[in-house]
Parts: sequence; C-alpha cells; structure tokens
Amino acid sequence: MFVCGESQDVPALIFRGNYMKENSILEMRGISRSFLSVKALQNVDFTLCRGEIMALMGENGAGKSTLIKILTGVYTKDSGEIYLKGHSGPVEISSPQQAQELGISTVYQEIPLCPNLSVAENIYAGRHKKRLISWRKLNEKAEKLLSSLGIPASPVQPLGSCSVAVQQMIAIARAVDMECSILVLDEPTSSLDEQETERLFELMRQLRSKGTGIIFVTHFLDQVYDICDRVTVLRDGRLTGVYNVSDITRVQLVAEMLGRELDDSPVAAEAEDKAVGEVLYHGRNIHSSENIAPFELTVRKGEISGFAGLLGSGRSECVRAVFGADKGTDGNVVMNGKTVSIRKPSDAIKNGIAYLSEDRKAEGIIGELSVRENIILALQVKKGFFRPFSKSEAEGFADEYIRALGIKTASADTPVKELSGGNQQKVILARWLLTHPEYLILDEPTRGIDIGAKADIQRLVKKLADDGMSVTFISSELGEMLGICSRLFVMRDRKMVGQLSGRQLSEDNIMKTIAGGEHDGAGPQ
Amino acid sequence: MMAQDRSKRNFLSFFSGKQFLIPLAALLALVIFNLIADPEFFRVTLGRNSAGDPVLAGNLISILDNGSELAILAIGMTLVTAASGGQDISAGAVIAICGSALLRVLCGSDLTSGQIQSPIIVAFLVCCLVGMLCGAFNGALVAFFRIQPMVATLILFTAGRSIAAWINNNELPMVADSTFASFGGYIKGVPMPTPFFIALICFAAVWALLRFTSLGLYVQSVGISEKTSRLNGLDPRIVKVGVFVIMGLCCAVAALIKVSRLKTINYSIIAKDIEMDAILAVALGGNPLSGGKFRMSSSILGAYVIQFLTTTLYKFDVQSDALSAYKAAAVIILVVLSSPVVREKLMKLLRSLSEPETAGKQV
Repeated sequence: MFVCGESQDVPALIFRGNYMKENSILEMRGISRSFLSVKALQNVDFTLCRGEIMALMGENGAGKSTLIKILTGVYTKDSGEIYLKGHSGPVEISSPQQAQELGISTVYQEIPLCPNLSVAENIYAGRHKKRLISWRKLNEKAEKLLSSLGIPASPVQPLGSCSVAVQQMIAIARAVDMECSILVLDEPTSSLDEQETERLFELMRQLRSKGTGIIFVTHFLDQVYDICDRVTVLRDGRLTGVYNVSDITRVQLVAEMLGRELDDSPVAAEAEDKAVGEVLYHGRNIHSSENIAPFELTVRKGEISGFAGLLGSGRSECVRAVFGADKGTDGNVVMNGKTVSIRKPSDAIKNGIAYLSEDRKAEGIIGELSVRENIILALQVKKGFFRPFSKSEAEGFADEYIRALGIKTASADTPVKELSGGNQQKVILARWLLTHPEYLILDEPTRGIDIGAKADIQRLVKKLADDGMSVTFISSELGEMLGICSRLFVMRDRKMVGQLSGRQLSEDNIMKTIAGGEHDGAGPQ
Repeated sequence: MMAQDRSKRNFLSFFSGKQFLIPLAALLALVIFNLIADPEFFRVTLGRNSAGDPVLAGNLISILDNGSELAILAIGMTLVTAASGGQDISAGAVIAICGSALLRVLCGSDLTSGQIQSPIIVAFLVCCLVGMLCGAFNGALVAFFRIQPMVATLILFTAGRSIAAWINNNELPMVADSTFASFGGYIKGVPMPTPFFIALICFAAVWALLRFTSLGLYVQSVGISEKTSRLNGLDPRIVKVGVFVIMGLCCAVAALIKVSRLKTINYSIIAKDIEMDAILAVALGGNPLSGGKFRMSSSILGAYVIQFLTTTLYKFDVQSDALSAYKAAAVIILVVLSSPVVREKLMKLLRSLSEPETAGKQV
C-alpha cells in the first residue's frame, strides 16, 4: 500500500494569483470541461517547465485529448485559467491559430501535411504574408533547419517519399520553425518502429536542451522511462498525480493509471478447480500489419482467457491477428491437431472462430438492416451464396436467439440501429453463436452498454465456456477480467510479456507484469 | 393498447416505410394530370403495323415499349448504387460498345447487304460477354483501386462511343433480317411489342436472383458497412465487381433492343443520356443514392414513371429541344417531394394529425 504524491484530495489550486512558479512556462489551473452531461475534465492542474519533457498518460476517457485540445484552442474550457510565461495574467486561447501565435505547436498522430508537396513547401506552407515567395531562398532556409535538427531529408523531395518517422520530424521542424516554446506531441510513436522512435527521441532531446517544453502523449511505458522527465497521470477526467519519472516505479505508475491500489490479496480465481481441457488452438509466430510483436497463443477447450494490458498495448491487435481481421495476418496455426491457414476473416470463420469487434458501430452492426438479417449474416455467408435461408428458416433463427439472449426489440424486422447499445451487442453475439463457433473472441463486449446487458453477457460467456466453448474475453476493466477469465495474456508496448493463470491471477500480479522490469510476474514466455 | 400502437405504426409506415409508394404516388399524379388534361391519352386501340399484323397501339403501350431499356438498366443501376454507394455513368457508352459488337458479329465483313452472317444467338452471347467485360473493368477500378464509381465509369463514359465506332471501323452496318428486327419490334401474331417481354424476362431473372441467392443480403451488407461485411467473411471486392458485371449484362440486353429497333447503330446518339434516367429511376424509387438498402421493384416502377413523363411531354407537343427542360422541372418536383427532409416534415404533419385522433380513442 502506498499513496503517491499529490492526490485529488489535495486542494488543487496551490498557486493562486497571477504569478507563476519560477521555471514553468505553462500553468493550467483548475481546468474543467463538460460535454453535455459528461464531465470530461474536472478541476485539472497541469504545469510544464522550460526544457522538460512531460509525459501525459491515462486510459480511455481519462481526459488527455480534451486537455490537449483546450490547450491548443480546439475546445474552449468551461472554467479554469491558463498562464503562459511572458504574459501577465491568464490568457484566453480560442482558436488553433491563436495557440500557434502564443507559441504552442501541436504534432498530431495523423500528420495533416501534404504528401505531394515538397518538404520545404510543407514546412513553410500557409505562413507567408508576402505575395512573392523565393523558393530558392526558402529551400536554403529549409536545408539549414533540417540539418540543424539532424533530419535526414532534402527540402526538395516530396514529403510522401519520406518515411513516417521523418514525416513526423518534419512536422516537428515546422513547429520548431514557428518558434514555439511549447510543443505538444500526440502519440507520435504509435506507428513507428524502434529505430524510427529512437531518431524521434534524439530530436526531442535536442529540442529539450534548447529550452522547449514538450508535452508527450503516449501509451508506451518504456518510452516514458526512456525520455520523459516528469509524468502527469489523468484518470476519469481528474488529475491523479504528477511525478518525477525517477521517483515512480512502473508498477506504481500502472496502478495510478488503472486506479487500483496495490495489495497482495489474491482474487478468488474460479478456474483453479476446473479441469483444463485439451488444446483447441495453438498458434506460433502470429503477426499482422498492425505493428505488434509476433506472439504465441494456446487456447484450451472450455477455458475463458483474456488479454490484459493498458490502452494501446496491442490487446485488440492480437486478437484481430488471430481472426485475420487486419491485412498481412499470418502465422503457424494448429486447430484440433490440424494445421490451418488463417489469413482473412473467412478462413477463421471456416475454422470455427468468431470475433466480436470492439467497434460495434463500424465493425459490428449493419445499422439499416433488420435484426433478423443481422443475426443470420455470418451463418449465411458461411453457408454460401447459392443456398440462402428461406424466410421461415431465418425467422426461426432470429426468434430463437431473440428469446435465448433476451434481446429487447419491437420485432425481428426492426432495423438494428434502433436498438440500444446492449441489445445491439446481443444481436452480434447471436450472429456469432449461430455459426456454432469453437472459439469465440469477444473484444470489449461490455463497453458502453447498460449494467443489465453487461451482466447478461458475462453470464452467457461463463455458460458457453461451461458447455465447452473456448472464449477469449477482453475488457478495459481489470476487475471484470479477473471475475471472468481463468487465464490472462499480458501485453506491454505491443508485445506479449507474460501469461497468468490460477493462483497467479491477482490485480497486483497483473499490474506488475504489465509494468515489467522490477518484477518478472509469471515470467516472460 | 398494444393493438392500437400497432395500427398506428402501420398507418404511419404506410407513408414512410413503404418505399414503393414514392414512385407510385408520382405515377398517380401523372395519371391524374393526364386524365384531367386529356382522357384520350389512355386509349389503347388495335391497329396494324407496317407489316400488316394486328398490334395494340396507344400511349400506354408505347410507354411499356419504350420504357423497357430504361427499366432493364434500372435493375443494374440499383444493384451498383446499393453495393458501391455510387453510380455507373458509362451505361449509354457501354450500350454503344455492346451494340457495335453485336452488329460486328452479325454482319461479319459484309456491312451493307443486310444479310446476317452468323446466328443471332451467337452475336447476342458475344454482346453479353462484351457488356460483362466492360462491367468487370468498371467494377475492378471501383473495388480494387478504390476509385469513386462515378470517376471510374467516367473512363468508359468518355471512351466508350469511340471504342464502339472503332469496333466497326466507323462504318454503319445495316441489318435487314426480319427475325432480328422482331427483338425491337413485334413477333408475328403477338400484339404486344417484344421489348416489353424482354423486360419481363429480366424482371423474372432478377427476382429469381434475389429470391434464390443471397445477393440482396450481400449487396446491402457491403453497401452499408464494408468493414463489418469483411469481418463476417464476405469479400466486398467480389460483391462490387459482381454488381458491375450484372450492370454490364443489363447494358448488353438493352443494346440488343436498341440495335434491333434501329436495325443499325449511330455511335454518338444511341442510348444517349440513358444512364442519367436510370440513376433518376433509382432515386425516384426511394433508394438512397449513397448505397445500402434497396428495393428493386421500386426502381423498376421509377423507370416506367420517367418514361410516362417523357411520353406525356411528347403528347403535349413539347418541342424536342425543350423536352429536357420540362422533364427537369417535373423531376425536381418529384425528387424534392420524395427527399428525406420533406418526407420527415410530412411525417410530422401526419403524426400531429393522427395523435389527437388516437388520444381521443383512448379516452
């Protein structure tokens, strides 16, 4: 048990008044913002010093992006004050242009530059008040800028021909050239490989030594310890704490983000007395184009397994790779003792795997089609184009599953988009159960649905496993995972770093494994 | 209470849910207009055609006759719209290509004698093959290269008529064969024009396709959510190429009728602007042009409504160069009235009218 630094109970506004701490270049005080009835940010303080890299961390819905967007003038704040060095009194930032003029530059994950323009054009586009532009002079200027920052790009080459990392760096160079004192990097590394990330870090260190304050939004724990000086953790729209990176252990940091206290009381794992079934699925070297380290996965009959890890750690990407949902999926997979090839969803469905996507709206329901059509879709595709179900067969299936899962709908003909979130989720579950899968993968099936439907789905998953189905269950709520899963695969920074089962299953162990480093959990695979 | 709810639902869905009612209402409006203006419009008489056979004549017959090509194209356009969320604007040009290929096979090297050199069935099969190839070309651009359907089909729209002319070395072959002429005219002893029957065969074929295969479900799934379809084991690309191939086949059948009517071909004029009418038929049928759900019968009825409108305008001696303007005016009214915005307003009005009624019943 420990309590870290300042918690939200400490009075938030310590530095009342129009003065700032000596070294800081930015102070945000008591920032609040609501969207309709949702409080996205509540009384959050944030400070940034000259020449430091501040990590901003938090799970889904923590309020990171809202805070960034308030700072960069995309959103307005409901209350609170922002102080900048060199400005007496609070400043109002009402537009991105204004933020730019105040020296706050942002580089987003998706680079909003023009790939078919040259590097120099991208750096200087839209920043000239003069009518005539000497491109020769601009190219020279760009050359100087690039070489001073050590960016390996020529000013005249088209931006699109550079690698993503270099494009990120050029976006940063553009920001630097605008003489920013505060640089916001919003998840710049999520699509970069190790080498590219290291190059980016080199640039960040260089800027730090020149006195720029950098806010670095990331999900990668290792990167926080690699490059950041301090870390601000948000959770559920509140400030959890500000720490010096050297003062906080990884486990503590993970605990702060998940909002759990570390203790060693083991959670009653139900699986202990349950006989372990035979191996249903064994995959080696499973990989996809989604930037995850190839992993090995064993799934047993009648077992509920889960993927644990922080947001962005690659949980979803792993199960998508098992199902073949993303491009470039491959691996050596053995199911029921037979070697199978799973490269696209139809392969997986043929082999008895079902996958419920975390993105219900975009990848789950077919909104305008009826509940009935949504339920029979996967089985119909499996059965084949020339053998459609008759209307009465389809009605039979729909009625059966509407009753079995307790789907609340006016009729089977109702467009599925008119149903509540929980009932939509049940419709998709019905669709997959109808295919009688041997292995059911559920990615965040209970997110954003009402408590009743959530309990229904949890109960159903347990029953399915008791009947011999293998289930993989993913949830952002650690407690829910512990209540359901008897085996957990733990992910960190897009790598599978461990496996926990039986007595090893406890919040403490999970967090330690996620954090890695000091504690070897169940040991890496 | 429940029963009352249901009856209210039915009453409202009578105006909103049933897509079919949009073109039907338009048809009704045209019929009423003609009844008031000139009831003679609907007279069908038994006359004799140029060959001296007894045939039915009248405006209604000519609508059913001349609307055939449009109705057949509406089938393909409906599927293309639903699956790809875009439209095929190359239909007219593809008809020219198909027609040209048909004549090329039919006439062989002898372009002027009018004698056919190969069986009609062979020529028609080649024509279908060419149409499907054109469709597959469009479909591949849309499905594999992810080009906007309108932009992808712009290629054949631009090049198609030149290709058609090139197939026959820019010459105009003539066909004088009476059997061939019967596809666009009359079969001996049958008083209805043949294109009407060809259209009926096409309707039956597409009905069977929707009834005995999963085409409808696949097309709508892909049109609404490509990602979801993929995760359910469908290959959206194959579905998209498929609907464009069907569109090509529709063009081939339309080409047979058109060429048979003319007994020759005019590369730059044949089936000109027919794709726009076909798109209009789909829209008039209440199908969203952004893809997704569709109703085939609605589109087909929409096609005949457009033909009805054209024939009505001819009847009122509208100058042929002013025809388009009148047509556009009528179309604007039809489309605005059937647009979701206006429909919603009408729904609200109807609901507010029906609400006090049901409230009164409850007391």
